[in-house]
Formats: sequence, structure tokens, C-alpha cells
Amino acid sequence: MAEIREIKKIQTPLTDDAANGLKAGDMVSISGVIYTARDAAHKRLVQALSDGAALPFDLEGQIIYYVGPCPAKPGQAIGPCGPTTSFRMDAYTPALLDCGLKGMIGKGQRTEPVTLAMRRNRAVYFAAVGGAAAVISKCVREAEVIAFGDLGPEAIRRLVVEDFPAIVVIDADGTDQYKIGPEAYRK
Amino acid sequence: MKEIPAPLITDTVEQLCLKAAFDLPAGVESLLREKAAQEESAFGQYAFDQIMKNIDCARSEQLALCQDTGTAIVFAEVGQDVHITGGDFSEAVHEGVRRGYERGYLRKSICGDPLFDRKNTGDNTPAVIHCEIVPGDALRLSLLPKGGGSENMGRLAMLVPSAGLAGVKAFVLETVTLAGGNPCPPVIVGVGVGGTMDQVALLAKRALTRSAGGANPDPRYAALEAEWLAAVNATGIGPQGLGGRVTALAVHIEYRPTHITQLPVAVCLNCHAARFAEAVL
Repeated sequence: MAEIREIKKIQTPLTDDAANGLKAGDMVSISGVIYTARDAAHKRLVQALSDGAALPFDLEGQIIYYVGPCPAKPGQAIGPCGPTTSFRMDAYTPALLDCGLKGMIGKGQRTEPVTLAMRRNRAVYFAAVGGAAAVISKCVREAEVIAFGDLGPEAIRRLVVEDFPAIVVIDADGTDQYKIGPEAYRK
Repeated sequence: MKEIPAPLITDTVEQLCLKAAFDLPAGVESLLREKAAQEESAFGQYAFDQIMKNIDCARSEQLALCQDTGTAIVFAEVGQDVHITGGDFSEAVHEGVRRGYERGYLRKSICGDPLFDRKNTGDNTPAVIHCEIVPGDALRLSLLPKGGGSENMGRLAMLVPSAGLAGVKAFVLETVTLAGGNPCPPVIVGVGVGGTMDQVALLAKRALTRSAGGANPDPRYAALEAEWLAAVNATGIGPQGLGGRVTALAVHIEYRPTHITQLPVAVCLNCHAARFAEAVL
């Protein structure tokens, strides 16, 4: 059995050096500010880019988390908030990467235009464990809707996270754990 | 004849929404524990570990297991000697969903229109309701909250008879392989075979309402379930698609008679958070 390497602590925003130092299969713990966005918010972000309008936050060095959380119970920062399936964002992702987006957290395979844009921009794709939403919510310290509030669960939120657990699944060189992992166990 | 007041249906559906969202069925949980012990990959073990922690956390704090609390799919077996009083049956179910999703701090995930404005209805209604009239005077209500990540990976094919058993098996394996990590493996694979185009999709969905890991009562289909489970787990996809031995917890096949020209097959995948709750009135 392959051993899990040490857990690398990373702080947002991500620098080029930090991104280049991450390899597919690395376990990480992410702290700092990350932004949530999923289907409907991505559509609006890319529309804003093509209109030449300002984005609700500066993408430079940032990580977007693909999530639509449950409502927070009283006294909690956020409701359960596990990753959603990433490929639905693939039509929009290259444009965001070309504007400075440095990392994405989600689950599941990406398509080639995304991995090419990641290599071009030295960006990293992380996976969190899908369906572990209650546990993941424990590492979110603050959550604030900063744009598209009308989208409800799909609004853009600014999260402050502490030791958010994730795995580097596609690194800035394009090495893909979703390919090499299953190959090792295929019979 | 038994009278069942519509408000009781609403209260029951509300309770089912909460129970299903917070508390995984015992059968799914024990199957997860059993399969976790068989996982060899480090990432697979890590995923199982997170999944188990999440089950405990959700139950103890009454939090949703998954943020995608799903489309509320309700299966109603209505005894023919039941008379529903004091309200409309479907509206009673929708109201139960409305209340349950609000009270439980569950995510509202339904768009009122699929193509144009895609505006969230704000209360997770409408539910999807499947009714069946059965003998007796009981009303069985089953709730399968179905997340979008796994539902999006479902597929249906109108195969022809010459495709045979091999064609159906190949379609099932292809579906699981194409899905990869997207449907949150380890999954439960619901397979419908036979019937018509509409019926086969519902069969695949109904297969997910079977107690997890329970075998088809027909020994020929039970043998296929065991064989296909082994084949699915030989793909190496593993928990969360990161590589490993346990891609699926179970394969459930349901079948119906079909037309001489047809061999329909549908695959409906459920994530490891295979939520389900039911009540009998």
C-alpha cells in the first residue's frame, strides 16, 4: 500500500512558488481566504469578463471552492459544505485561470482545456472528499456572501478556512491522480 | 377503508426529510464499515476515514451529511383501501418537503425552469412523486433524497436483443468508468433492465431503494449482481476516484418484461451518502 506523504500546510493566496511545489498526490491543509463559486456564479463571472466589467473579487492567486453550502444553523459560520462535481465548471474555468486564478477545490476529473490552462498558468486542482460535508464545515471560520446573493446557495461567498483538508489531484505540470491512482489498482 | 388525513402525510414527509438528511441508513453504514476494511489504497482509506467521521458528526449534531440534500424523490405505495382526507395528496407531500428542508437547514436545490431563468424555487419543491396503487389499507412513504453529482452520471440505452447479457454488462461498466470520481464513490449501482424507456429509468432508481447490499430474490439476477460488483471494483477507480479496490458497495438490479424488439438498460448511481428513509401510515 502506498503511504500518504506528510500533510503540507498551505496559505492563501497561492504564489507561483507554492503552486509549483505541490505535486499530484500531496495531502494539504489549506488556511486563509478562499471563494465559493459554482455553476451559475461561474456563468456570471465569465460574462462579466467578456463585458469588461469588474469582478466581485480579484482572482490573482486565489482559490475557488466549488460548493453550494447548506444554510448555517444559528451560531455556526456555515452549513455543511462539501465539494461539488468540478467538470460542470470546465466551460468557464480556462478564462478564470487566464485572469490569475491559482487553485480550485472540487471533486472529479477535469477536461483537457482546463488542464492545459492550468499548466499555462501554473495552477493547482485540489479534491476534497465529496459527501463529507458536515466534517468539512468545521474548518470554516467565517463565511460572507460577497456577490450574487440572489443565487442563494450558488452565491459567491468569501470563506476564511483553517486547515481545510484536501488532496492535490492535478498539479501545475498536469500530473493527474485521477489517472495514475486507478491505473495502479485496475485488474 | 382507512382514512389518512393529509396533514399527517405532511408531518411524516417533513420527518423523513430530516431523518434522511442527518442519519444514514444502518445498512449503508455497516456496508461502508465492512468495505473500508477491504480497501488497500492509502487515499481510499483516507476517504473512508473522512466518510465515517462525517457520518458520526452529522448524526450527533443533526447536520446534513452532504450539502447537496438533493431532489426529494418520494415513492408512495398507496393501499387501495386508503382514503386521503382534508387535503390534496401531492400538495401534502410538497408541503412536507418545504417544511423539512426549512427546519433542517437543508439546501434548496431546485430550479423552477430548466432552460430559461433557472431560478431557485427557494423551498426545494416540487418533490418528484412516484405513486403505486397496492392492495391493503396502508400508505408507505419512502424518501430518497438524490444528489445531483451522482444523478448526473446516470445513463440509459435502448439496446436491442442481440446485445444480450454481455451488452448490458458492458453498458453498466462503461457508465461506472465514465463516471469516475464524479458520483462520489464508493457508489451503489442501481440497474434497470427491460420494460420500456420510461419504466427502465424508474427501475434503476427503485433499485436504489432496496436495503443496501440486499440481493435480488431471483438467484440468476443475484448472481449477476455479485459478478458485476466484482467487475466494477476491478476498474480500480476506488473511493473518490483516487484509485483503490472499493468503487462500489453494491450492485442492485431490477428487471421487468420487455418488448420482443427491445433490451432497455438504465444505470442510476447513488453516492456513498445513500440517504433513504421511510414510514408506513
